[in-house]
Amino acid sequence: MNRYTISLFTENFIGILNRVTLIFTRRGVNIDALTASESKEDGVHRITIEVTTTEEQVIQIVKQTEKIIDVIKSFYYKDDEVVYQEIALYKIPISSLDPGLEKVIRQYNARIISAEKEFVVIEMTGHKEDTKALLEILKDFSILEFARSGRVAVAKPMGTIEQYLNN
Amino acid sequence: MKDSRIRGAEIVIKSLVAENSEYIFGYPGGAIMPVYDALYDYADQIKHVLTRHEQGAIHAAQGYARVSGKVGVCMATSGPGATNLITGIADAMIDSTPLVCITGQVASPLLGTDAFQETDVVGFSMPGTKWNIQVRRVEDIAPAIAKGFHIARSGRPGPVLIDITKDAQNALGEFNYVPCLGIRSYRPYPKVNENSVAKAAEIINQAKRPYVLYGQGVVIGKAEEELKAFLDKSGIPAACTLLGSGALDEDHPQYVGKLGMHGNYAPNMLTNKCDVLIAIGMRFDDRVTGDLKRYAKQAKVIHLELDNAEINKNVKCEVSILGDCKESLPLLTEKLKEKSHQDWLGEFRKLEEKEKSAVVSLDLLPTKTGLTMGEVIRYVNDFKKDDAILVTDVGQHQMIAWRYFKYKTTRTQVTSGGLGTMGFSLPAALGAQLADLNRQVICVVGDGGIQMTIQEFGTIMQTQSPVKIVLLNNNFLGMVRQWQQLFFDKRYSFTELDNPDFVKIAEAYNMKASKVTERDNLRDTVAEMMVHDGPYFLEVVVEKEDNVFPMIPTGCSVEEVRLS
Repeated sequence: MNRYTISLFTENFIGILNRVTLIFTRRGVNIDALTASESKEDGVHRITIEVTTTEEQVIQIVKQTEKIIDVIKSFYYKDDEVVYQEIALYKIPISSLDPGLEKVIRQYNARIISAEKEFVVIEMTGHKEDTKALLEILKDFSILEFARSGRVAVAKPMGTIEQYLNN
Repeated sequence: MKDSRIRGAEIVIKSLVAENSEYIFGYPGGAIMPVYDALYDYADQIKHVLTRHEQGAIHAAQGYARVSGKVGVCMATSGPGATNLITGIADAMIDSTPLVCITGQVASPLLGTDAFQETDVVGFSMPGTKWNIQVRRVEDIAPAIAKGFHIARSGRPGPVLIDITKDAQNALGEFNYVPCLGIRSYRPYPKVNENSVAKAAEIINQAKRPYVLYGQGVVIGKAEEELKAFLDKSGIPAACTLLGSGALDEDHPQYVGKLGMHGNYAPNMLTNKCDVLIAIGMRFDDRVTGDLKRYAKQAKVIHLELDNAEINKNVKCEVSILGDCKESLPLLTEKLKEKSHQDWLGEFRKLEEKEKSAVVSLDLLPTKTGLTMGEVIRYVNDFKKDDAILVTDVGQHQMIAWRYFKYKTTRTQVTSGGLGTMGFSLPAALGAQLADLNRQVICVVGDGGIQMTIQEFGTIMQTQSPVKIVLLNNNFLGMVRQWQQLFFDKRYSFTELDNPDFVKIAEAYNMKASKVTERDNLRDTVAEMMVHDGPYFLEVVVEKEDNVFPMIPTGCSVEEVRLS
């Protein structure tokens, strides 16, 4: 079992996400995280999915997603083949603000992005391991809420979806 | 100026006509009524067959598509009408049958409100269709149908479903049909890679015991001639899958038989003796391979296949040739040395003899009192023409009919292969017959399956389709009973049937019918049936507890194929 990033380039039609996730469901592969956004190409949507499974399963899943009519192309990568980032938000009560917290924020390269009367929101981007480490520390600061995005990723190999579309 | 707009319902019909659809197999109901109303004025341009159940409609469309090679069209209303199509959709998907299914849907303001006969058929059918869409605006109807036909018939074919809301059917719009020629995100015919072809040719040219397995991909790709040319030049023995039957004349000198759980002895045994295995348009279904861990491990596998997701799915190959075999086969043939493999072929013939004495002769020329399914098929062969179509249901009769029917030409095999849908044959035979009224259609069915769609007797009579229905009646769900006997210690749990008088049922539909219980009048009755001008029902009461052999039990290797 390994961690893989699956990158799908699709048309932006109703139901596309449903069609994609059905393939994972059918093979009993859990989706660890998922993000969807536009891509560089006009009208091309990209879906990034993180899974932990075997390479054999990933290959089959990628091929089956490519069979979906509205999927233009699917790729899969090991962690060292992508540059990826996740964003995490931490909601901390005002009462927890003290010099210790400042030190943690500096250490983790995090920042306060919002200050309200009763709480502040800290933001950190990084890999899951890093944002999770900060979470553990912030538990000592009475953290109120935590949310982490799915992975956004770009591939290290140089082939592009643009080349594929023009091919 | 006169308003040139027409209703969406009429656009549906005109779009089907524009696609040269000959038949709609369907069943009306509330949410599709505007389309049926429009259809009333187009009786001279497109024919509608009213089946007795929506499942019958879609299986008939499948039978039509498999024989004609064209897209089958079926139609149903929302809710239960639509859900009754689901089994056929799943069947068409796994057997790569091109279908366009059109369903009515409640008016768009009612969507999501649990309105009368509302069901999320797009959601239901999403994993089972090649593509589906809900159309809520009149201007989207014709483009959706155009796209649907393109997707259904191109590449690896499959079913599409187009769900059209009632308000879209009633709204006025311009009709301007533009056939769909391509979709950016969909590339149905990958370009054949010449390097792969060269590599495959090199392996084949060096092979001592090469072996070809061909499947329905050859029929779908209309590559029968290309397959024959490949075999003629290479001299390689060839065996077929269930759905590949008919792609090659069984009298071809290199034809060695059928693969799989109830296929022939030699083709299964020798799969594990070949040095190069060339799979053409087939997908290594588990019923073909048996235990994958012990399947052709000694062989280099070359896979010619159109669907990339099939490559390395079950069997890892040395070389894959992705693309339409109509295109790849001639490229490969060109690079092959002319060869003959007489000794290797002789090994097949030797094992074939073993099967003949242990199984075939007992099936075809039985000495015991009870009738065998095999001897019925033998007589069918005696009176059928080369291009006669065999339509079968699912179970023992299906395997026996497949084993003994003489396949001479292509598109003669219509059966539910991948899904194993009981009840498939009667409506599929109707569709197969309508696809070509000049060909004989023989529907072989069991006493279990026939009762799943027996109401389609009515449709067969209403259309006067001259289908010959052969019921092989053993008063058992025979295949399940066989497994119970072999693997469940003869515990016949709910497999015996108290059956009705089938002849009376057929006669109640005014169908010509007869029943045979004795060997003496079997041949003559089959002869009478085959020349009868019109639908004919023949019930043959066969031995109650006969088994189908050879057999590769589940989980066993192809080499463990049993003769008894």
